[in-house]
Amino acid sequence: MNPTMATPPSASIRSIGVLGPGLADWPACAAILSGETAWAPAKTVLAAPDLLPPAERRRAVRVVKLALTVGLEATRAAGVDPAELATVFSSSGGDGVNCHQICETLASDDRQISPTRFHNSVHNAAAGYWSIATGATASAAVLCAYDGSFAAGLLEAITQVAVDRAPCLLIAYDADYPEPLRAKRPVPDAFGVALLLTPETDGRAIGRISAQLTDGSADSLADPALDELRRAIPAARSLPLLAAIARDRSGRVVLDYLDHARLAVDFCA
Amino acid sequence: MHPLLISSYTATTCLGRGREPLREALLAGASGLKPCDFETVVLPTWIGEVAGTDEEKLPAALARFDCRNNRLAQLGLVQDGFADAVRAAAARYGNDRIGVFLGTSTSGILETELAYRRRDPQTGALPQDFDYAGSHNTFSVGAFVQAWFGLKGPAVVVSSACSSSAKVFAAAARMMAAGLIDAALVGGVDSLCLTTLYGFNSLELTSSHACRPFDRARDGISIGEAAAFALLERTPDALPPDAILLLGSGESSDAYHMSSPHPEGRGARHAMAAALASAGLAPQDIDYINLHGTATPSNDAAEGRAVTDLFGNAAPCSSTKGATGHTLGAAGGVEAVIAALAIRDGILPAGAGTNDPEPGLDYVLATRRRSVRRVLSNSFGFGGTNCSLILGRAA
Repeated sequence: MNPTMATPPSASIRSIGVLGPGLADWPACAAILSGETAWAPAKTVLAAPDLLPPAERRRAVRVVKLALTVGLEATRAAGVDPAELATVFSSSGGDGVNCHQICETLASDDRQISPTRFHNSVHNAAAGYWSIATGATASAAVLCAYDGSFAAGLLEAITQVAVDRAPCLLIAYDADYPEPLRAKRPVPDAFGVALLLTPETDGRAIGRISAQLTDGSADSLADPALDELRRAIPAARSLPLLAAIARDRSGRVVLDYLDHARLAVDFCA
Repeated sequence: MHPLLISSYTATTCLGRGREPLREALLAGASGLKPCDFETVVLPTWIGEVAGTDEEKLPAALARFDCRNNRLAQLGLVQDGFADAVRAAAARYGNDRIGVFLGTSTSGILETELAYRRRDPQTGALPQDFDYAGSHNTFSVGAFVQAWFGLKGPAVVVSSACSSSAKVFAAAARMMAAGLIDAALVGGVDSLCLTTLYGFNSLELTSSHACRPFDRARDGISIGEAAAFALLERTPDALPPDAILLLGSGESSDAYHMSSPHPEGRGARHAMAAALASAGLAPQDIDYINLHGTATPSNDAAEGRAVTDLFGNAAPCSSTKGATGHTLGAAGGVEAVIAALAIRDGILPAGAGTNDPEPGLDYVLATRRRSVRRVLSNSFGFGGTNCSLILGRAA
């Protein structure tokens, strides 16, 4: 038999990036989640990072702007060169506006879709733009597990760190569809979160996490409005973990994952 | 990495259902491509369609998953005793100790394309019967396959365009190494749809002929569809001499362009070198390379350069996309099955459709029979995503 690890895989959290409705960045989000400041919901503001070359900047769709913004917040907070990092991208869907435009064109009399729209339709668009913007040539895992996409991404990222003994940047993100898809998939706005995970525990780590499947039910947030956000946007299912980090509170956090299983994340501040 | 046993494997492509028609076509150098007659598509291109896909009926309890992609998944699962092998593994390990890792690029998007033709003329709403999670969502095939078997372990869909179902092998191997699971159902399912047919046409990347990978006259891809699956387990202490193993994997990103490969094949070379390092092998240990070989001018030029850099002209190589078409998110899985067949039966498969290959490589134009111990298989995709796998016999 091959050797395997006896304990659940674990990693240290080195830095965090967040962007969502009324959540401008991780420090602002942490202040809200720790109860220091009140949450004032406001539409997520997306901008294409300057790091993108001009052509890609022009072509960047909403999920690309979202993913790059949170990824760069995390790498800048840690002072780490993103070019060196393996990445895990996880989202429930690609870019909703782009997808709608393609479906509308394909249902019309003239089915010629634009080349840019087509290449922006791939689920790994954000991963592609990220590697072009940062020069990252390491592996990029690009995942989807519907509403459990954050947990699936976190499990993959922790596993990579534990098995490969190298840092890994997790970027989980979701944005809304326009009508008529919005009625079928009512994601209200954009939310993204990035966690830079490292194998070693040292003075620079925010805390350590390990992950395994559980039958338990997912944690909710005490604030009903924030819990509504958690349930509304798949990537925001990360909020109970972010709240534990913001409050510096060690313990078990259970996150939504699959129909039949949740992800238990043990956080040690 | 520690080698993993590929204890069962199957592929359903335009060549037919299961391994046998695929094997026969590889031996004969035959192709399953035909001029495009899919749905209402009017394009001067060729396709690799799996016959009978839409006749496949899903179990009533899983009706919400009904779409061409999941019908194709089910069609593929029941070939070559694969479903029975998964059930036996679930009984052996427990259904919560088997992970599901599947690749797709477009999932059930065809359902959405068709639903957009049936929008309410007044409100613009999509029809009542359209089920986003069951069909359109990228995870649909993962949820469907997991529910089909009643598996309770981790599940994820990898969707990195045309490297998707090669990367699932690497993701599964990591999760097995971490001790989270004891076995993994891996593979890829991608089905014909208008988005890819019109999309690749818009980029002028589709050929008006059956595709001719690595041919000097190549002018684009032929899109195909497929379902390919493999069951990965830890290698037992007493390994059967004919066992086929996953020996290594290598992943990289181009960091160059969204729809063109790095012209010098930088990412491709990194992925192949990383796979060799992961398997603890040298270039001369590889008996055959199953190329990504899409038949676009730029992919094959970049990949050829990367292969020459690492292997010179010593390794026999070919692309089998002239036989199967480019099955996109299923291609890595299909070609892993082809690698396994090459090893099992001693086949260096001819690159169907190719007559006048680019110079500098030992490109296999007529199928050769010889002992094959190790195969490297390449899968590269849009966004500059690369994955190479190495399959082989035990050392």
